[in-house]
Amino acid sequence: MMYGVSQFGYLVASALFILALHWMNAPATARKGVYAGGAGTAIAILVTWADPSVIHHLWIVLAIVAGFVVGIPLSKVPLTAVPQRTALSHAFGGAAAGLVGTAEYYMRFAEGPEHLTPFRMIALVAEIILGYLTLTGSLMAAGKLQEVKWVPQRPVTYPFQNAINLTLFATAIALAAALTLHPTAPWAPLVFAAIIVLALSFGVLLIIPIGGADMPTVIAILNSYAGLSAVAMGFVLDNKLLITAGALDGSSGLILAIIMCKAMNRSFTNVLFGAFGQVKQAAGDTEERVYKSETPEGAAQALEQANLVVIIPGYGMAVAQAQHKVRELYDQLKKRGITVKFAIHPVAGRMPGHMNVLLAEADIPYTDLVEMDEINPDMPQVDVALVVGANDVVNPAARTDKTSPIYGMPIIDADKARSVFAIKRSKNPGFAGIDNALYFSDRTWMLFGDAKNVIGELVKQLAGGSGMH
Amino acid sequence: MDTAVDFWSTLYVFVLATFIGLGVIRRVSRLLHTPLMSLTNAISAIAVVGAILVTGGDYPQHIRILGAIALFASTTNIVSGFLITDRMLKMFKTDDKRSGPPAKLGAGEGRH
Repeated sequence: MMYGVSQFGYLVASALFILALHWMNAPATARKGVYAGGAGTAIAILVTWADPSVIHHLWIVLAIVAGFVVGIPLSKVPLTAVPQRTALSHAFGGAAAGLVGTAEYYMRFAEGPEHLTPFRMIALVAEIILGYLTLTGSLMAAGKLQEVKWVPQRPVTYPFQNAINLTLFATAIALAAALTLHPTAPWAPLVFAAIIVLALSFGVLLIIPIGGADMPTVIAILNSYAGLSAVAMGFVLDNKLLITAGALDGSSGLILAIIMCKAMNRSFTNVLFGAFGQVKQAAGDTEERVYKSETPEGAAQALEQANLVVIIPGYGMAVAQAQHKVRELYDQLKKRGITVKFAIHPVAGRMPGHMNVLLAEADIPYTDLVEMDEINPDMPQVDVALVVGANDVVNPAARTDKTSPIYGMPIIDADKARSVFAIKRSKNPGFAGIDNALYFSDRTWMLFGDAKNVIGELVKQLAGGSGMH
Repeated sequence: MDTAVDFWSTLYVFVLATFIGLGVIRRVSRLLHTPLMSLTNAISAIAVVGAILVTGGDYPQHIRILGAIALFASTTNIVSGFLITDRMLKMFKTDDKRSGPPAKLGAGEGRH
């Protein structure tokens, strides 16, 4: 009887989860998706808690209360910190899977071999490898994104790195195979513990050679792992809701990772084993190149005379906290009947879709946020392209220079606009450490300074001018 | 419980759910990829179900401690995941729903 009730509850929850993701296809319905997902989770928790095998309640209550105490502040982080929070939640998801898997193994080990069938053992080992690997890998990723001191920002490489990683991984697989064949041998609990240690170290080793520019892809891949660890838990517990929810999460991470890879013209293997950002400044040609600087006054005049302005934001805009000033600029231009669009590169920001959220927070209507592929054909008609804190995603070397490390990466064609104004804090190269030919073009003028101050100046110029007539 | 039938039916669920996932996620607006990730995160924290069974079951204490930590981690993901997704989605507005709509033919003064 109770079995029927709980299975029905799980079935309803599965349907709600699929609906939740379906409603994410448009901003207008997306919030309904959150409610559907929340309702599904609540139903699943209630029917599980009501299961007759659940006889101790105090710890459950305490753990849930603690989850709320930590979870609520985590949901209020600034939007620039959302990538870190996401990585941290992958770590928590991995930890949960790993810990439940560990508990499952040791408790079934005590109960006897008939519970540890080969299928269940394979699922268990997959669960703990994926879970613990996601735990440490995501913590490393979160540390890199948060720029904490003890996590190196630049990729760390050493001789035979990939060989060492592969050997570790092969060892874990071999141990897993031995464990599957003899799950209740006297040495089995030790081997199980050894696999945990290997998975934990593997997670660290997998992330340290990956540079900051690749973090959007890495987060997406870790998202996929976290989902798959939930799937494996579903196999162990024979719970189809877990399998469904984990598969949805896993496929979501996979799709996002593929989109990120395409946006950088890289392959999975290249991201994971390529140590991007290592051998960068090699392509330094010595020919003399000159920037043309412009004052905010001059830039404001050019903006005023434009019909179509495209703003190309990069993560530098968020670092300078300039998005609210950008919105004031947007309002000033709109007021003059100028069309203003934002060109969003898929890897602008530090996780998939990050830039859209940052601009939405600044109250810029999402209807004016345009994807790279949609805006590029219109770029030759653009009067002013304003680059704010973006660098590699507007670097024409990606189209022309075969020796450039970003060659082949799709970019926003800022260089095709009639004129370009680029706001840049200093003359140093960007996040990926590559020099940018756009800044030396005939049609480009540089506005050096902190993005927030420069945009503030532009707004002041425009506001002052408009009061004159 | 671990019959061959169960084994195959769970694999069926996995394969079918993956295809549903790929189909549905591919249609998600690119604007919403960040909230999408926090939402799927909260959804996959349904691992909470396994954690509750371990924490509340009649098992030795050290096993239940592992369960309780897992339960804490999953609950954190559920709470923060759904809340932050909703917080982000609230920010996505169309032009006419903004707090301060820009006057079309602006003429005169700046807004301050």
